Amino acid sequence: MAVEVRVTAVLQKLTGGKKSVPAEGGTVDQLLKNLDTNYPGFRHQVQGDDGRLHRFVNIYLNDEDIRYLSQLNTPLKDGDVVSILPALAGGA
Amino acid sequence: MTLTLPRDYVEQIVAHARREAPNECCGVVAGKDGAAVKLWQATNAEHSPYRYSIEGKELLQIMRLLQDNDWEMLAVYHSHTHTPAYPSPTDRRQVMLSGWDQPYYVLVSLAEEPPDVRAYTIRDGAIAEQRLIVND
Repeated sequence: MAVEVRVTAVLQKLTGGKKSVPAEGGTVDQLLKNLDTNYPGFRHQVQGDDGRLHRFVNIYLNDEDIRYLSQLNTPLKDGDVVSILPALAGGA
Repeated sequence: MTLTLPRDYVEQIVAHARREAPNECCGVVAGKDGAAVKLWQATNAEHSPYRYSIEGKELLQIMRLLQDNDWEMLAVYHSHTHTPAYPSPTDRRQVMLSGWDQPYYVLVSLAEEPPDVRAYTIRDGAIAEQRLIVND
């Protein structure tokens, strides 16, 4: 499945400054593996060693947070847009 | 480095901080070639006096508008309701974790009256205060 992936912040440094890159995968997990092949280190920025999404990273399939879909097993189809957004957060 | 904001934006940021107190407020200023062009008062998903996180879907919408208009994320602001206008260890850690290290970080402190508003960069873990010019 050919999917458009929109990236920000630290991930843009891995994609050579591109805000949007094409990637392949039948699920979000496969997509991340494909991205890591093309942009080494990508998965490490998004997932822990246990494979779980970092708490401070949100992934959206079109407008939906994949945490409320099937998480990393969320299926993808041609033309989907996946946005990977680290949280903008802090505290006193 | 210098961040220039219209006085109206600074007033909106301070008003947002007062309205959300005792919780922290947060928001984003978009820029075009370094000039402020739009301000978004965002929802603090944490609804907390000690932490902020821009609500995820709002951040998604903001990022889309930045991309569609070819704007950059010029500044991120949040309030400290009881502590000085200086990035906290949590602020610094979050920037390092998330990689949002390009925008200016604008801090408004309600611990002083009138509220103190200051701008910083947080890059490679280094906090540096930058000049903030308020434009009339």
